[in-house]
Amino acid sequence: MKSSAYYKTKRVTLNLLIHLFLISVAISCLFPLLWMVGSSLKTQQTIFSDLSLVPKQMHWENYYLAWKEGGFGRYFLNSIFYTVSVVIGIVIVSSLAAFAFSRFEFRGKNAIFYMFMAAMMIPIPGSFIPLYVLLNKLHLRNTQLGYILCMINVGLSTSIFLLKTFFDKTPRELEDAARIDGCSKLGIWWHVALPLAKPVLAVVVVFNALAVWNEYILALIIFDSRHLMPLQVALTTFQGEFITQYPLLMAGLTIAAIPIILVYLAMQKYIIKGVTVGAIVG
Amino acid sequence: MKRLFCYFVIGLLGYWVIGLIGCAPKQTSKSGTTIMVWHWMTDRQNAFFELAKRYEAKTGVRVNFELYAPSDAYTQKVRAACQGNNLPDLFGILGEKRDFASFIKASHIADLTDYMLENNSSWKNVFFAKALEVNIFPEGNSYGIKPGIYGVPIDIMTIQMLYNKDLFKQLGLNPQQPPQTWEEFLNIGKKIKEARLQGMVSGWGELWMADCFANNYAFNLMGREKVLATIKGKIPYTDPDWIRVFSLVKEMQDAGVLYNGIVTMVNKTAEQLFANSKAVFAFNGSWCVNVYKGMNPDLNYAAILPPKVSEKHPMMIWGGAGSSFMVNAKSKNKEEAIKFLSWFTDKEQQAYLAKETNNLPANKESLANIPEILAQFAKAMDSTTHPSTWGISEFPAVIEAFDKGIQSIIIAEKTPQQVAQEVQKIKERELAKKR
Amino acid sequence: MKIKSSLENYLFIMPALLIFSIFYIYPFLKVFQLSLYEWDGILPTKIFVGLGNFKEVFFGDKIWWQSMLNASWITVIALTFQNALAFLLALACDREIRMKNFYRVIFFIPPVLSEVVVGLVWQWILDGNYGILNSWLVKLGSPQLVRNWLSDPQTALNCVAIVHSWKGFGWGFLIFLAGLQTIPRELYEAGRVDGANAWQMFKSITLPLMIPVTVLVAILTILGTMQAFVLIIAMTGGGPAYHTQVPVLRILASMRGSSRFGYACAQGISFGLVLVTISFIQYRFSQRAKA
Repeated sequence: MKSSAYYKTKRVTLNLLIHLFLISVAISCLFPLLWMVGSSLKTQQTIFSDLSLVPKQMHWENYYLAWKEGGFGRYFLNSIFYTVSVVIGIVIVSSLAAFAFSRFEFRGKNAIFYMFMAAMMIPIPGSFIPLYVLLNKLHLRNTQLGYILCMINVGLSTSIFLLKTFFDKTPRELEDAARIDGCSKLGIWWHVALPLAKPVLAVVVVFNALAVWNEYILALIIFDSRHLMPLQVALTTFQGEFITQYPLLMAGLTIAAIPIILVYLAMQKYIIKGVTVGAIVG
Repeated sequence: MKRLFCYFVIGLLGYWVIGLIGCAPKQTSKSGTTIMVWHWMTDRQNAFFELAKRYEAKTGVRVNFELYAPSDAYTQKVRAACQGNNLPDLFGILGEKRDFASFIKASHIADLTDYMLENNSSWKNVFFAKALEVNIFPEGNSYGIKPGIYGVPIDIMTIQMLYNKDLFKQLGLNPQQPPQTWEEFLNIGKKIKEARLQGMVSGWGELWMADCFANNYAFNLMGREKVLATIKGKIPYTDPDWIRVFSLVKEMQDAGVLYNGIVTMVNKTAEQLFANSKAVFAFNGSWCVNVYKGMNPDLNYAAILPPKVSEKHPMMIWGGAGSSFMVNAKSKNKEEAIKFLSWFTDKEQQAYLAKETNNLPANKESLANIPEILAQFAKAMDSTTHPSTWGISEFPAVIEAFDKGIQSIIIAEKTPQQVAQEVQKIKERELAKKR
Repeated sequence: MKIKSSLENYLFIMPALLIFSIFYIYPFLKVFQLSLYEWDGILPTKIFVGLGNFKEVFFGDKIWWQSMLNASWITVIALTFQNALAFLLALACDREIRMKNFYRVIFFIPPVLSEVVVGLVWQWILDGNYGILNSWLVKLGSPQLVRNWLSDPQTALNCVAIVHSWKGFGWGFLIFLAGLQTIPRELYEAGRVDGANAWQMFKSITLPLMIPVTVLVAILTILGTMQAFVLIIAMTGGGPAYHTQVPVLRILASMRGSSRFGYACAQGISFGLVLVTISFIQYRFSQRAKA
């Protein structure tokens, strides 16, 4: 019989190792972030010669300059608008479709689902040009609606795939109960399926928010009018053809990273709460 | 929580509707004419805005400079717009002469020859000949374009070798006596290795810079005629002169005169390294003056021609127009756009642009009062050539094999002979395809 | 009644299908059409070559297959190293330990960072002359390991793969964590009551229930990593020579460098076909494993 001291030491050592592991990975993740913030406080002359993480002289005005020179105000709002619109759009469209693929039976279900999956697997790097011509014909070029619809399409397949996988795993008892109570299919979707899928919906939100927030080439090609551009395009102002204004670029990138981190912070709460299985038992 | 969400959605929809309604591009100016210019030159946006303001004050015509950076994204946007027939009044074409020719054949570019030759070629003559050459399709060009002038240069540049005077002193060399010959250059490598410094930096990870360097030495070794004959397919790349060109790369690597890691270096990194005195030499273009000034105004350096390896032919460097603007042939404001371009490239405007952006003007008369280091670049204009002026282009697959071959030599994976053979094989494959 | 029910079913997928048809299927067909031509992307005239471009991709383009191999190697590293790391971290964070929330946020920073920053920082760390890694190796007493990490043909690809995995593990971590969270705690309680130790519970409860999620992550990893290119441009430019060249870079080179738009489309479609094949084999494999 092993003594309880043995078990205690084992547990303590295990915890210590786990913590060491977590901390070392965490440091490697934090380092570039700190470097980015530290660089944003340096000057163009010291950014590569001063190797310290925390510069002696902190040039906080870089943030103000970056905001002004990059015209961040307008572009920031645009990016938020596009991201929110696309995320809401994808959540609704893809969860409807994923729910249907998972729960319903209808002709051509598998074929259509496989088509969506295939789309996820066949990227079209050259598709900008046909997309541009198409948008032109539909009079959607240089419009917010056109960009939003394009971006919804970009994340559609993956989101449907993610949601269907999780719907398949979710037990149906709650839904059966709701159906017996006379709830319509749409009602089941809204009142039962969606709330249960909160964790994976959170993943979908983060995934698509990040994709739209960081996107810039499609925006650059579709939009001609400067005042419709998203934030990423403004950032290219600092990445000149010849001169890259590194401190301002870093300040701009830091500002750009904040909203996404906030979105993640908000969403990860749902991933933690997870399924409240108590609903089925109690 | 749900109510908040609903309000948010309603607010969003409201914003959206307003956005859609107020979405018509507000571009028409008071006088009714607006000229749309698309460009990629982030560093010049402010100078462009200022000049546009001056023009509007003078003529009432508004000029809209729209910036789309970086240059890769700009190229894609221009090509997409070309498909949708949405090109602006003025824009630049980045890339090979071949692509320029395609744009002309697709009827997107206006022929400016007549405008240039008006009044005894008054417009044409303000430019450095070499700057204009890049925009000219000569008689008998292999692209099948009607001979003429199709673009307007707005600055000039040359690509040369630079050396750090302070590091020279540290190595025990005379900073006023840069290497003139290949042997002198290689010998410095020994000193660099001993002093544990690093040699030449350049964006050879970006291929075209390595191509430029090798091409310079090709001109020096075998002369312009033979180089062009090789492109035309009359002389193989396995010719001893070409093998010598490839061997030069190996000699540099062995002598220790290249920066360790130059094969994957992008030009921005090269600039940052040289500016911070981490490299003794650099191979870069005249735009670097502005970059270095921003990162290290005290940098003590000078520009020279690459050290000659042969006396038989002159050393030629790449130079000519830095950036150029073309006129959209289908533009409704063609005449106004051309008038603007003519004003834009006039002496005063060019001098302003050059001063603001520390670049060399394309207008001959605007050259007074440039900083010493820029003058060194300008001096070398006579020794310049440029692929866009040769009237013929090499196959892209061959260029890629050539440049990647140079990288392979540096990392000691292939010998100069092997690279020469591979390049020639690809050349023959491409020639066969063409037939 | 039956018809109404059927129609309702289709209504659910209608929005997705509509958007998909317009914004994916149409451009896809167009790209397929363009791949049958030799076109430089600018001229109004195209030359019809039928399947000639495809023949060239499959049989004549050595560099294309080299780039496929490179991308596959990076993907293998991602599937093993990156996902193992993500899984272990998710397991660690699933327990009741201190600083759980802190870790959950930190691990998601790499995916959020822009590729520009990641490229710059890692270039700096891995630089052959002034990099941090090399100076640490010297300090720790192993100067013989010092090398030019990103320019040395033997280490360039692996370095790129590792940096890629570092940037990507946050996603796997997130999805694994979400998966672990949906395993009912009651199962573990029951297991503990039955006297099972940690390893047994892991083997019989955690692993089997995590298989669908693992497959999901694997598929997403393969798709995402095979298409990687921005980081590679930032760190090595695809070099030295062709050692870190990947398929998307080749497609971009065809589009812009060689101005062969039709060929680029053919490359793109061939690439898609390879990805579809790999993914379907894996999907079927996992379906069979589940049953």
